[in-house]
Amino acid sequence: MESLPFFNQLLQFIVTGLTIGAIYAMVAIGFNIIYNVTEIINLAQGEFVMLGGLVMVTVHVMWGVPLPLAFGLTVLGVTLVGVLLDRLAIRPIRKPSVMTLIIATVAASIIIKGVAMLIWGKSPYDLPAFSGRTPIDLGGVIIQPQYLWVVGFLVVVAIGLTWFFNRTIYGKAMSACADNPDAARLVGINVRHMVLLSFALSAAIGAVAGLTLTPIALMDYDRGAMLAIKGFGAAILGGLGSFPGAILGGLVLGLIEALSAGLLSSGYKDAYALIILLAVLFIRPSGILGNLEVTRFKRF
Amino acid sequence: MLRIHKAPMLAGALLILFFPWIARQLPTISHYPDLMVFAGIYTLITLGLSLLMGYAGQISLGHAAFFGIGAYVSGVLSTQFDCNPWLGMLLGAAVAAMVAVIVGAPSLKLRGHYLAMATLAFGIIVNIVFREEARWTGGPDGMIGIPGLSLFGLALDSAEKYYYLVWGIVAAVFLFSVNLIQSPAGRALRAIHASEAAAAAMGIPIARYKVIVFAYSAVLGSLAGSLYAHYMNFINPATFDLFFSIKLVIMIALGGMHSIWGALVGAIIVAFLSLEWLHYFEEFEVVVYGAILLLVTIFMPEGLVGAPAKLMARMRR
Repeated sequence: MESLPFFNQLLQFIVTGLTIGAIYAMVAIGFNIIYNVTEIINLAQGEFVMLGGLVMVTVHVMWGVPLPLAFGLTVLGVTLVGVLLDRLAIRPIRKPSVMTLIIATVAASIIIKGVAMLIWGKSPYDLPAFSGRTPIDLGGVIIQPQYLWVVGFLVVVAIGLTWFFNRTIYGKAMSACADNPDAARLVGINVRHMVLLSFALSAAIGAVAGLTLTPIALMDYDRGAMLAIKGFGAAILGGLGSFPGAILGGLVLGLIEALSAGLLSSGYKDAYALIILLAVLFIRPSGILGNLEVTRFKRF
Repeated sequence: MLRIHKAPMLAGALLILFFPWIARQLPTISHYPDLMVFAGIYTLITLGLSLLMGYAGQISLGHAAFFGIGAYVSGVLSTQFDCNPWLGMLLGAAVAAMVAVIVGAPSLKLRGHYLAMATLAFGIIVNIVFREEARWTGGPDGMIGIPGLSLFGLALDSAEKYYYLVWGIVAAVFLFSVNLIQSPAGRALRAIHASEAAAAAMGIPIARYKVIVFAYSAVLGSLAGSLYAHYMNFINPATFDLFFSIKLVIMIALGGMHSIWGALVGAIIVAFLSLEWLHYFEEFEVVVYGAILLLVTIFMPEGLVGAPAKLMARMRR
């Protein structure tokens, strides 16, 4: 690294930052989907990402299922966990308040983490990159093919969700619940189903983030909490509830993290994103693209 | 909820006073005073946290940070600067209070989720500092050789002596907190919990009250940390990580968030769970904690302390 010219090094940090930022963006989108429908911050969001990576390792590497099929099975499996989370931890709460909902998702996250540790143990797992590990040299900047997969999946998720929320009846019903659950119920939308769907969808997106991340950064049972809080940082930075905001926030957060870790001190790599999170919360809790007036009207 | 009866307090005090003697008579529990030292240390933290969460309704997912600040200020001052441990304890509490005001003033303007995430991030940042500033803290390996405490020339060198020190402090803090809860300040906190808008309309300076309670809970956490450091003579960052912050929430939720007794009951039970009973579960430990927390939240939102009254009410119906 020392022999690289400074400018190239900078570009390299930017490339890595955007890649990891795309992961944060996907986690942030997961937060937003559930938040928009239920106004719950699902602190177990990071566990979906962790599960996505580890289930993929089992299905693809250990069972030898071919990549596309393994991909589908993994997303399906983690989606099921999302559904169980809603049915077993969120819906049974009789008098939901912010405090009980936060505590319930925290409890769920440590249960998932504990079970993952029992299944996969404590050591990190690698996954073969989707299209090999021959780096692409772009004028001195090294790009792993997997980086393109990560960014590509973010684009697919973003386009898919835009289509889903604007063009399908389920998507529109979910948006209606987000605007006003009582009115949605009046026009015959089953709000409970929509809540369930939001958990399923956000678990699926978490799984995609996890299984695309694993070939780059490995995966172990303990990664969920940090991924969750950074994804939340991205969601807050962009404006909680806003999908374009989530993508912008994720990419910006990834960039800041990669640049500060590379140029300042790598020991504090995890701290920078959190300091940004705190700074945004203290200075402008509505984020870049969020609307303060709207946040004031939220129940929680 | 605001009225706290005196009889159980007297009974509790007597039990605490004679517990080491009882433990000595029964060989199977003869090591319990040692466990009770940790239970007492946890109780100190939860007494503050219960005021913050149960009475003022503000959630903190980062209180392990204050526990750690107390431990590390005590540890660094007494090993590297030959500072008197008691003075170190006071300085630790002062640092914790300062940090709490700096972090709390902007955080506590936030509500619900935002506050939870702010405290969560704060706790993780502090833990990273403990790991990275190896020059002072010994890094991930921690620091050894923290001296024990002595009081008026008497070295508190056995579990039993330390037990009386810790529980003496717990008793004092408990009485102070009881008085606080039953004072106008306590009623103001309840009002804030019920409705911030209504409380503000009645002229309660909600921001100031929230910061004061946050700082009070930070000071108690720091005090507990100092006591922990001087008892263990060794500290490392893993003790003060996110999971410990969650464990504190488990203590509060299990005991009962809305009663100061819940803080005591929850801390003692979780101390015994983590240091004695859950050894049988080994790797399952985390899952068991998660299950306890989830089940309590769903089926027993009032906690163990609130459960009997609720059961009675249901029977009468």
